[in-house]
Amino acid sequence: MVPPEQIKAIPVRHYGRYVAAAVVIAILVLIGIAFSNAKINYQIIPDYLTDGTILSGAWHTLYISVLAMVLGLVLGVILAVMRMSSNPVTSTVSWLYIWFFRGTPVLVQLLLWYNISLVFPILNLGFYKNEMNQVMTPFLAALLGLGLNEAAYMAEIVRAGIQSVDLGQTEASHALGMTQSRTLRRIVLPQAMRVIVPPTGNEFINMLKTSSLAYAVQFNELIKRAQDISSTSLAVVEMYFVASIWYLILTSVFSVGQYYLERRYARGSSRNLPPTPLQRLRRYLRMFGSFRRPEVAR
Amino acid sequence: MTDLVKDMAVPSSGRPMVKAEGVHKSFGLAHILKGIDLEVNPREVFCLIGPSGSGKSTFLRCINHLEKISAGRLYVDGDLVGYRQKGDKLYELKEKEVAAQRRDIGMVFQRFNLFPHMTAVENVMEAPVQVKRESKSVARERAERLLDRVGLGDRKGHYPAQLSGGQQQRVAIARALAMEPKLMLFDEPTSALDPELVGEVLDVMRDLAESGMTMIVVTHEMGFAREVGDSLVFMDDGVVVESGHPREVLANPQHERTRSFLSKVL
Repeated sequence: MVPPEQIKAIPVRHYGRYVAAAVVIAILVLIGIAFSNAKINYQIIPDYLTDGTILSGAWHTLYISVLAMVLGLVLGVILAVMRMSSNPVTSTVSWLYIWFFRGTPVLVQLLLWYNISLVFPILNLGFYKNEMNQVMTPFLAALLGLGLNEAAYMAEIVRAGIQSVDLGQTEASHALGMTQSRTLRRIVLPQAMRVIVPPTGNEFINMLKTSSLAYAVQFNELIKRAQDISSTSLAVVEMYFVASIWYLILTSVFSVGQYYLERRYARGSSRNLPPTPLQRLRRYLRMFGSFRRPEVAR
Repeated sequence: MTDLVKDMAVPSSGRPMVKAEGVHKSFGLAHILKGIDLEVNPREVFCLIGPSGSGKSTFLRCINHLEKISAGRLYVDGDLVGYRQKGDKLYELKEKEVAAQRRDIGMVFQRFNLFPHMTAVENVMEAPVQVKRESKSVARERAERLLDRVGLGDRKGHYPAQLSGGQQQRVAIARALAMEPKLMLFDEPTSALDPELVGEVLDVMRDLAESGMTMIVVTHEMGFAREVGDSLVFMDDGVVVESGHPREVLANPQHERTRSFLSKVL
């Protein structure tokens, strides 16, 4: 068979696009010039990026975010299940919890935990007794303040995820003789994860930055450490730049992790999974190679 | 594809597999079932037909307690479904006891309801491993054998989204059979399928019937009811209008309502 003659037409020219691109680039250049002329000592930023104090601040930010997120997730699942329970007491308690912790500022909650000794001067658990001021360290106040606040948001995310799963799934599982809790664990939650993971990744990235509020309870996270340095070196804005670069690094790393996690829970939801960044890179390289070695038409 | 089920439950002597006595079901003000009396014998293929909204699916779902009945008594293999009777008092069964009753009753849904996050073989293995605490290797071996027998030996590792409707429904049948049930419920198993895919599902059901499985089938496939069915019930507006041998009822309906329904679907 003779192959049909391929169309070779002159493409439409989009002059508007050139104009728009030129305007955008011009604005970016102006902003860049403004920043470079500002009284900011950029030279010292690279040195402070790997400063011991800053590194320890970044580490504190990372681990308080992870721990608070874990606390928020576990408590969030419990609150979501309580909220959907047919027991009016548990569902009301869950509703009240979410109402309170979502409705008040995190900063206030952090400060409340830090000053909890005003309410409970002595912690007495029967087997353990101590002064509250000894127990409520900056770390614990940060963990409780951030984690319990996060739980309220996670509860709503988990509930939305669970409710997104088709009721037929629960019925099929029950019809096979599986109990309510096993159905939740084996059938409903794995499917809900597809809906839960993207906003949770969002929450985590938010958490990395919200954890900066823990400076108010003397927790040694990035912002607190940056301020510690600037109070002696007087390089205030420079230190905030250093901290911001670390926040960008942390959030970028976790964005990539989130991509892989979402891919994992997309199993079975579509015929073909989207390629991983590595696979995409390889495909580009292959495409590039094929430009060099065009296939010979037979 | 013969001998679909290896260990057929030995039918209890003379006792009906399912017995309904004056079963009623209401959803709020809607009175769906208005006194159903019927018996399904072991090894019987029992077909339920009728217009949509007649209550046939609701009745089927009452048999494994997916719906609670509002009045009457419903027995499966001699046991009250969902309740325990002590004296003249009726006690609701605990969740685990209901689950234990459902183990022995397989169900196939109109919309398949396969677990989309599991492959075909994982779908079939799930209940034996989770409910019967079978080892994975034993469950996997039986799952693969069942998938072979429903003609899906080459689709074991596929996810439901990668299968056609007919293939999904055959996996769903294999999944129900993996629990070695004594009774199979089919809720319009071919209604959501493309016409050309209906045959492959009906073939599997026919083989299952020949192997001696007790089956209750809600269907619009009159051909299947005529060829495979042992009894047929026509339901309308929550009551049994007419029942008998499928060939007789379909060829020679006694009631006007049955005649007008059949004239539309045949």
